[in-house]
Amino acid sequence: MNWLLEPLAYEFMQRGLLASVIVGVLCAVMGTYVVLRGMAFLGDAMAHAILPGVAIAYILKGDLLIGAGAAAIAIALTIGLFTREGAVKEDTAIGILFAAALSLGVALISTMQTYAVDLSHILFGNVLGVSIADLWLIGGLSLAILVIVALLYKPFLVISFDPVLAATLRLPTELLRNLMLVLLALTVVVSLQTVGVSLAAAMLVTPAATAYLLTRRLLPMMLVSAVIGAISSVVGLYISYYFNVVSGSAIVLTATLFFLVAFGWKRLRKA
Amino acid sequence: MSHTPHRLEVKNINIGYGEKIILRDLSFQVPHGARVAVVGPNGAGKSTLFKALVGLLPLQKGEILIHGESLGAHRDCVAYVPQREEVDWRFPVTVSDVVMMGRFAQMGWLKRTTVHDKDAVQESLTRMGIADLAEHSIGQLSGGQQQRAFLARAIAQEPHILLMDEPFTGVDITTQEATLRLLDHLQEQQVTAIVSTHDLNLAGSRFDLVLLLNHRLIAFGTPQEVFVKENLAQAFGNSLLVMENGVMLVDECCPPDEEHHHHHTEAK
Repeated sequence: MNWLLEPLAYEFMQRGLLASVIVGVLCAVMGTYVVLRGMAFLGDAMAHAILPGVAIAYILKGDLLIGAGAAAIAIALTIGLFTREGAVKEDTAIGILFAAALSLGVALISTMQTYAVDLSHILFGNVLGVSIADLWLIGGLSLAILVIVALLYKPFLVISFDPVLAATLRLPTELLRNLMLVLLALTVVVSLQTVGVSLAAAMLVTPAATAYLLTRRLLPMMLVSAVIGAISSVVGLYISYYFNVVSGSAIVLTATLFFLVAFGWKRLRKA
Repeated sequence: MSHTPHRLEVKNINIGYGEKIILRDLSFQVPHGARVAVVGPNGAGKSTLFKALVGLLPLQKGEILIHGESLGAHRDCVAYVPQREEVDWRFPVTVSDVVMMGRFAQMGWLKRTTVHDKDAVQESLTRMGIADLAEHSIGQLSGGQQQRAFLARAIAQEPHILLMDEPFTGVDITTQEATLRLLDHLQEQQVTAIVSTHDLNLAGSRFDLVLLLNHRLIAFGTPQEVFVKENLAQAFGNSLLVMENGVMLVDECCPPDEEHHHHHTEAK
């Protein structure tokens, strides 16, 4: 038991653990739509596309999370604009913006002299550096996103499963689609601190994909995904503590292990 | 003069995609509770008309009135079963989940499902003969069963007008019969049914009215009024074959503009 409690003696570990679990659950729930709507590429792109926002915030000595948030929302809405009424295919629009934003981010960073530490935290996360204020921000944003997802469960289900029905029932499909992109963007921003932009996409996709293998309905899929996300975060953080591994990597690798087990189990059951 | 008020009015509409107009100057009125068959050759604009009727395709001209109000004023009174559902068949939903979606607009998007909603879903499933499949994943069903699931969803919506695009094409006998029984039921319930079909004999025998289209309105009226030689020739050209016993066959194996040689001699 002692090895379980020992890390919790440190306050930064308590905060890190709490932040990881919140982010794990949030990513896993939003990830359900990412997996079902085929937005995995979008999630990855979104994570990298916030780099210019972060860089600008860094240069201006502003809050990095706010810079990231502004960039993410701008990217989400621009993707929505480009793909409106099928002007450009979604993955094409994402490809263009992803590359442009990443280039802009790198260009901005290359003008700086000392960026290494903070920006490496942005890329790979720094869960042990979570402050009380960060925790409030992460918690508040996550709660808001989860409440919206719960309230809009039915409209999101219909626009994802059957866009024709959504149109005949007169749902504001465009608005909902854009809202979903914004929620996804905010989720990526929230996960900056724990797993970093490079690994945020994995936390969006892996637990949800695992849950997809294990369930047959949307709500159970979301719940199973959330549980896997939370457990991966806790286990990953302990591994990080005891084996001195970067926390983001440990969390993502744990989630991947769950996926492999679920995949193998499903295969065996079929055989 | 009819005593039933006209519940669906289509006034001088043009519909199409961008510059291309598929249906031109279309006007007709359907009384409440009628069963209307929409017939015409491939590409005549049947599916296009349905898309316009549910608001999926904007009108380029004219207007569509339902109960005297313009399209969209009634949020859930038109249900639509497309030819082939463009849904993600691997989506994690069960058959009863799919049917329940038909209730969403009525129950309110933010409200919980009530016992009444559950009863409506159960009744729709039973009516389409798929109650025993309620807990199956939608992807596990056969094509005909899937179509019945979407018909069940359409009736769970409790629409005033139900549009079905080619429900008799490429499905098993059980589904065809369930669909025909549904038509009778809809008539009892005073629900207007508008159904496109290639089967002219079915259109002639199971429907009150026939709408004959070929990029414009060729004829609209009772089957006896519509199915006369001149109208059919206008709609189908020489791809129509009328047998001695009155059975009508449409040859649709080849595109209409393609040169082909069929040696059917018209009887009579």
